[in-house]
Amino acid sequence: MNMQLVVNGRTHDIDADPDTPLLWVLREQLGYTGVKFGCGVAACGACTVHLDGAPARSCSLPVQSVVGVPITTIEGLAAGQEPHPVQQAWIAHQVPQCGYCQSGMIMASAALLAKNPDPTDADIDAEITNICRCGTYERVRKAIHAAAAGIRDAAPAKPAAGGSRR
Amino acid sequence: MNKWTRRAFIGTGSVVGGGLLLGVGGLLVAPNRLNVLPENTEDAARLTTWVKITPDNRITAVVPHCEMGQGAHTTLAMMLADELDADWANVAVEEAPARSEFANGYPLFGFLPALANGPAPIARGIDYTAYRLMRFFDVQVTGGSSSTRGTGQFGMRSAGAAAKIMLIQAAAQRWNVAASECTAKASRVTHAGSNRSATYGELAVDAAKLDPPSRPALKERAAYTLMGTRVERLDIPGKTNGSAKYGIDAALPGMLVATISAAPVFGTTLASVDVRAAEAMPGVRKVVQLPEAVAVVADGYWRALQALRSLKPVFTPVEHAGVTTDTLFAAMAERSKTEDGSSVDSNGDAEKALQGAAKTVTAEYRVPFLAHAAMEPMNATVRIADGRCEVWTGVQDPLNARKVAADAAELDLEQVTVHNQQVGGGFGRRLPGTHDFIKQAVLVAKAVAPTPVKLIWSREEDIQHDYYRPAVLGQYQAALQPDNMPSAWLSRFNAGSDAAAKLPYAIEHRKIIAIDDAHHIRTGAWRSVASSQHGFFTESFIDELAHAAGKDPYEYRRSLLQHSPRYLAVLEKAASLGEWGKPLPEGRGRGIAIVEAFGTVVAHVAEVEVIDGKLRVHRIAAAVDCGEVVNPDGALAQVEGGVLFATSAALFEEITINEGRVAKTNFLDYPLAHMADAPRISVEFLRSDAPMGGLGEPGVPPVAPAIANALFAATGKRIRTLPLQPALEKELAKPTASS
Ligand code: FES
Ligand code: FES
Repeated sequence: MNMQLVVNGRTHDIDADPDTPLLWVLREQLGYTGVKFGCGVAACGACTVHLDGAPARSCSLPVQSVVGVPITTIEGLAAGQEPHPVQQAWIAHQVPQCGYCQSGMIMASAALLAKNPDPTDADIDAEITNICRCGTYERVRKAIHAAAAGIRDAAPAKPAAGGSRR
Repeated sequence: MNKWTRRAFIGTGSVVGGGLLLGVGGLLVAPNRLNVLPENTEDAARLTTWVKITPDNRITAVVPHCEMGQGAHTTLAMMLADELDADWANVAVEEAPARSEFANGYPLFGFLPALANGPAPIARGIDYTAYRLMRFFDVQVTGGSSSTRGTGQFGMRSAGAAAKIMLIQAAAQRWNVAASECTAKASRVTHAGSNRSATYGELAVDAAKLDPPSRPALKERAAYTLMGTRVERLDIPGKTNGSAKYGIDAALPGMLVATISAAPVFGTTLASVDVRAAEAMPGVRKVVQLPEAVAVVADGYWRALQALRSLKPVFTPVEHAGVTTDTLFAAMAERSKTEDGSSVDSNGDAEKALQGAAKTVTAEYRVPFLAHAAMEPMNATVRIADGRCEVWTGVQDPLNARKVAADAAELDLEQVTVHNQQVGGGFGRRLPGTHDFIKQAVLVAKAVAPTPVKLIWSREEDIQHDYYRPAVLGQYQAALQPDNMPSAWLSRFNAGSDAAAKLPYAIEHRKIIAIDDAHHIRTGAWRSVASSQHGFFTESFIDELAHAAGKDPYEYRRSLLQHSPRYLAVLEKAASLGEWGKPLPEGRGRGIAIVEAFGTVVAHVAEVEVIDGKLRVHRIAAAVDCGEVVNPDGALAQVEGGVLFATSAALFEEITINEGRVAKTNFLDYPLAHMADAPRISVEFLRSDAPMGGLGEPGVPPVAPAIANALFAATGKRIRTLPLQPALEKELAKPTASS
C-alpha cells in the first residue's frame, strides 16, 4: 500500500503493508536507524519516537495509523545544528553506556520535559519506563533534572511558563 | 576541537585479545615491530601496532577491544596518549581489524610483508613467550574485565612510551643533537637549546624507521597527565543523536532480512516443515531449513517474522521433554548427595570439626538460570560472494566470529572478513562459544548468495536461546566455636569447580566441593561469571553465621578479615559510606557484603524496605579497590551499571524451564529493573597501590547478598532463593512465616 509519512519535517512516499510497525518502515525503508528495535512488544521503549510531540513506541504502531501525523525520530530531535537540551545533558552527564537504549531514553525524556518542565523524581519514575540493560538509570535521572534546569535557564524571562517549581 | 579526531572510528575492523592473554600471563609487552608503510592512502606511520600518526599530527590509538559501553576505547586511548605525551584534542580511536596479526596484541606485524622494506631482524624486540602464546590462541576477546588492566597496562602504555622514545630519537637525529636534550609534550618534540621543534606528525615517518625499544620505562603516577582525570568518552556523542552504528544497523545494497526460530528444546533438530504457504507470502524470498532451526528470508524484518510465525516446524522428539526447573534442582540435590565432586579448597578436617562442634549452622541456597538480555538483539549481516564471506556484527571476539563464519561458509580464514561494530550490550552473550547467530547468518546467506542478508533475532528468540548463567544449588554447613567464631566451613555446589567459591575469611577447617552438573540447558559466562552465584552463597551464609553468633554482621566479617588489610579497608569504607550502624526509620534494614572478583575488591551496603509486599532497594553504597583508576567517571559508570544489572537480577530475573524448554519469552515475563526500581548509588574508589583490577564485572557479585542481608535485617526473613521478589511473596503468603 502506498502511503505518505512525515518524518522530521520531511514527507516520504512509502510502500508497506498497512500493519507493518512504524519501527521497521523507519529503519528499513527510510534509514532512520537511530530508532532501535529492542523487544517488539512495547515493553522496552528502545523504539520511542514522537507522534506530534507525544512519546510512542513505534514497534507496536501500525504504519497506517500514523499517516499524516508528524513523526520525530532521534535524528530529528535537535532543531538545527545545536543538540537538544536533553542531548546536551546526556553528554554532560556521560549517560550512555552501550547506548542502544538511549535514543528511546532521550526521546521519552524530551517528551516528558515538553509536558512537565520540572519533573520530580516520582514523575520520572512514573513516566520513564524504558529499559536500560546497562543500568544508566541514575545518570538518566540526573540528566533529566539538568536538562530541565537548562531549559528553564535558557528560556527568556517570561512569566513562569509552564508549571511551577516544586 | 578537531571534529575528525573526536569520532570513534568503528566499523573498519575489530578487536584483539591481547588484553586477555597479557592480563592472564602477566607479561610485559615488547612493543611491536614497526610497520613503516601504512596500509591506507593516508600516509600514516604506524609506530607500533597500537598507534598511528599521520602528517597532520593526528594520533590514532588502534584499540584491540570492542566498545560495548564499558568505555574501553576511550580508556585505552588515554593510556596510550598519556605515555606518548600526546595532545588529547588530536587523538582518535579506532578498533583494530579482526586479523590474526592483531591477536594478542603484538608481534605479528613483524612478520608481515610490509616489513620487507625494513631490514630489522624479526626476532629482535619480540617477547618470545607472548608470541608463542598468541599462536595458540587466535583470539581477540573483550571479557574478564581485562581491557584496561591487561591491554591497557601492558600494551597501550608500553606502546605509547615506545613511540615517544622513537619520536624523540627521530628528532634528535634530524637536528643532530642528543636525544636527552629533547623533550616531548602535547604531540611535539622540542629542543630548547636550539629553539627547534617538530610535531609528531612531522617526525612520524622517520621515527617509524627506528627500532622500537623493547621495554620502555613507564611514567610514575605523579607524571600522568590524562590517566586519573575525568575524560569524556569518545563514543558518547554519537549515542545521543542516533548516529552510532551497531551491527543491527548494517545496510548493504540489495540486502534481504531474515529471522529465525531454533529448536525450542536444546539438542533437538528440525524434522520437517511445510514451507509452501510461507514462501508464497508477500515479500518472502525463501524459507531456509537448517539442521536445528528454520529461517525466513524476506524483503524486511516484519514480513520475515510474519512468515516465520506462520510456520509449524516439527522438531525431533527428545528425552528432555519432561524437564522442568523443579526436576533440574531435584537432580542437583541428588547429585550433591551421591557424588564426591572435586575439591576447590580444603584445609584441616572440616567434617570432624563439624561433628564435634557445639553449634552448627546449615543452609541451602538456590540461584536461577539468567539471561543476558542485551538490549541489541543478536544479529549479523553476511554477504557471500566471489569466494569471500564478509560479516558485519558486534561481538566481544571478532576473531572467534571469523572462525565460526569461516567454518560455516567452508572457507579459509583469509577469505572471511569480520567488520566489528559497536556492541549494544555484551555481558558475556557475545563471547567466543556463543556465536551461534553468526553461524546461522552465514548458513542463511549461503542459501541466498550472493545476495547479502541481515539476520535479526526476535527478542523471544534471544530470551529462549541464550547461554544462561547456570542455575546452582549450594549447600552450606559451618561449626561455631564456644566464642561463636566459625571453626569449620563445608560447602557443596553444583556448578563445576571455580576459585570464586574460595573463602576470604579466616576459618581453619575448610572443605569446598564442586559437583559437576549435567543437563541440556546451554550455559555461559554472565557478567561476573561464577562470582555471581558464589558471592550470594558465601556472603549470605557468613551473614547467617553472624546472626547465629549474635554478632553484628559487619563486625563479624571484620574480625574474620584481620589477615587481609585490603579487604578490611574496603569493608570499612563501605560501612562508613553506607552509614552502617546509624539508626534507620522503622521497616528499613541494611545489609553488607564483600566479594573479590577479577582482581578488584568490592563491598556494598544496601538499604531496603518492604513496601506493600514489594522489596524496595533504596540505596547501595559501594567501596571499590581496583588499584589505580584510569578514567574516574568511566570507572564510576561501570560500578553503577554493575550494581543496577545485579539489582535487576537479584530482585526479578529468573529463566524457568518447562517441557524441556525455556518458559520465558520477552521482557513482559522476564522483567528487568526499571527506573523506578533503581537504588541511589554512591561509589567510592579507595586510593590503592594494588595491581590494577577489572571494573566491568566486580560491581555485580556483592549486590544480591547485600540486598538479601538487608532484607533479613529489615524483616527477619532470610531468603535463600533468587530472585528475591517472588521468593519474598511466597514467604509473605505463608501463615506464620519464619526463617
Ligand atoms: S522495541 Fe518497541 S518497546 Fe521495545
Ligand atoms: S546504555 Fe546500554 S542498554 Fe542502556
